[in-house]
Amino acid sequence: MIEIKDLHKSYQMGSNSLHVLKGIDFNVEAGELVAIMGSSGSGKSTLLNILGMLDVADSGEYLLDGLPIKNLNETKAANYRNKFLGFIFQSFNLINYKTALENVALPLYYQGVGRKERQEKALKYLEQVGLKEWSHHLPSELSGGQKQRVAVARAMAAEPKVLLADELTGALDSTTSYEIMDLIQKINDLGNTILVVTHEDDIAHMCKRIVHLKDGVIVEDKKIEQVRASQYVQ
Amino acid sequence: MFSRDTWREIFVTIRKNKLRTFLSGFTVSLGILIFITLFGMGNGLVNTFDEFFSQDATNVIYVFPGRTSIPYKGYKSNRTIEFDNSDLKDIEETFPMFVEYISPRIFRTATTTYGEESNDYTTIGVDWGQQFAEKTIIMQGRYINQRDVEERTRNAVIGRLVEVDLFNGRNAIGKFIDIGGSVFKVVGVFQDEGGDNEERQIYIPYTTRQLIEKNTDKINQIVIQFKPELGYTGAVALEKNLVRFLKDKKFISPDDQNGFFVRNVAENLKQNQDFAGVLQLIVSVVAFGTIIAGIIGISNIMVYVVKERTKEIGIRKAIGATPKRVIGSILLESIFITTVSGFTGMLIGIGVLKWIGNTLKEDYFITNPYISTGVAIFATIILIFFGALAGYIPARRAARIKPIVALRNE
Ligand SMILES: Nc1ncnc2c1ncn2[C@@H]1O[C@H](COP(=O)(O)OP(=O)(O)OP(=O)(O)O)[C@@H](O)[C@H]1O
Ligand SMILES: [Mg+2]
Repeated sequence: MIEIKDLHKSYQMGSNSLHVLKGIDFNVEAGELVAIMGSSGSGKSTLLNILGMLDVADSGEYLLDGLPIKNLNETKAANYRNKFLGFIFQSFNLINYKTALENVALPLYYQGVGRKERQEKALKYLEQVGLKEWSHHLPSELSGGQKQRVAVARAMAAEPKVLLADELTGALDSTTSYEIMDLIQKINDLGNTILVVTHEDDIAHMCKRIVHLKDGVIVEDKKIEQVRASQYVQ
Repeated sequence: MFSRDTWREIFVTIRKNKLRTFLSGFTVSLGILIFITLFGMGNGLVNTFDEFFSQDATNVIYVFPGRTSIPYKGYKSNRTIEFDNSDLKDIEETFPMFVEYISPRIFRTATTTYGEESNDYTTIGVDWGQQFAEKTIIMQGRYINQRDVEERTRNAVIGRLVEVDLFNGRNAIGKFIDIGGSVFKVVGVFQDEGGDNEERQIYIPYTTRQLIEKNTDKINQIVIQFKPELGYTGAVALEKNLVRFLKDKKFISPDDQNGFFVRNVAENLKQNQDFAGVLQLIVSVVAFGTIIAGIIGISNIMVYVVKERTKEIGIRKAIGATPKRVIGSILLESIFITTVSGFTGMLIGIGVLKWIGNTLKEDYFITNPYISTGVAIFATIILIFFGALAGYIPARRAARIKPIVALRNE
């Protein structure tokens, strides 16, 4: 599903340049649930942003579902993001003046889905994350966990090939984190490919594979026995 | 791009961001409102001007007698200059190409009586052509005619208010009135745009006036109506030659400014038109400045709005909005707001002008302030256009930045 080869990325800061990704080689098969770990500043977010086409690499190869991602103009990139990728952020990134339902329906709007179908689909995904009753609330009326569920529903609504989550539990307490991870695992069970960036060991162990980043290279990449989150959730 | 869905999305955004909508809408409305009010008032000033100076015909030169101030050719200074019938004839014969009508005006105040009613009025002895110089409008009957002048008839044309005063609203035509001891027959009633004073006057043939005054040939003033084709330059040239001719005839020094006085309506008119033009220019500049201020205002708001929305734009791009759709929705939103509020401001402005009407006429010389629909719509569209442009530039910039950069914006 994802193939990257010798990916490099530097940040230009005045006259200095900071080499963050120093040649990443990395493949993800369809249906995998991968945790990306590493210390702060190791380049996890940078990698995920490049995978999510929110940012571009300096050099290297990136194939997404067999499509080369290179030199895309903004319009093409937007279309690819819309079709292939769902993004979940640590800070939720919901549009604050739109209701939960409207937020979830927005990617569908950009896909050109009709209004009625949009609403139905959005409601279906809100139901999946357990927020059907909250569909007409604004983000400001929701708790952190609820906001992140809305964000998960939004990412899923577009029915992307790959779901990317950057510290999706970073702003949540452990109970809520497990609830979200339970959700992620269930989505993964349906066959979706998911990449999760995290600091936390317990969250990482709820995935099926852990990739360790250090100083811009992958130092460890191992398959693990998945811990189910459902056992921590009533 | 203009689908119902797009509009719905825009309306949701507008409805949920009331302050922002209000701010930009208010700026545009206010800009247009001030523009229209100012511009309309400017037109009102010009109207007052036009009204004031367009009562009488403009192709007229008045000559008033005076006293010399310089001794000349054996005559002492301080000599009283008088005009007489020969001057009329000489002017007519010297400038046949230029003069259309020439008429004297002999002013006398006389007690005028009809039955029980009696009052003092100014009577003016005139030739028949005088009617056209003062735009006298005959309501009933007729003006003094050539036969009246030649045969020295005792016919009089009275002002509308003279009829009101003396006849209590009854018809005066054919009635006989006593003017300073002589009996005249009323042959006409006139009205005059010049106001009440001019409608309390009585015209009689100047020859009759001269006959009553011991068959004198003296006249007071000379009114020359020149051919309108002469235009402004022709009028100035005629005035110059006329002055030279009269000074020569009356033995007045060429340098003497006081022997007689000339009022050239065409020249006055030109000056007044120039003044009104300057006035209009100033008003236009101020009004234009208002529009510029409006454009700057809306630009600032748009820059602020887009900046405030940078993060939202990042989110929209992250979930698949193309730059075109981002720009499109910002642009449509701003065009929608500026159009609605622009035309609202325009209508309010036009309403304000209607409401002001002539209430400012007495104190501020603003008559019938108005703005032509064309100018109003043009100004509104200009503001809408620049409002859109002001939205487009920052929107394009915001749509171009990488989503990751936009998302980092707080
Ligand atoms: N826009 C930027 N400009 C300059 N430097 C940047 C930028 N973004 C990230 N960096 C630097 O690149 C390095 C990697 O950043 P990145 O955000 O990928 O780290 P991370 O592994 O996600 O860390 P964390 O766990 O704290 O989120 C850091 O040293 C960071 O300071
Ligand atoms: Mg990070």
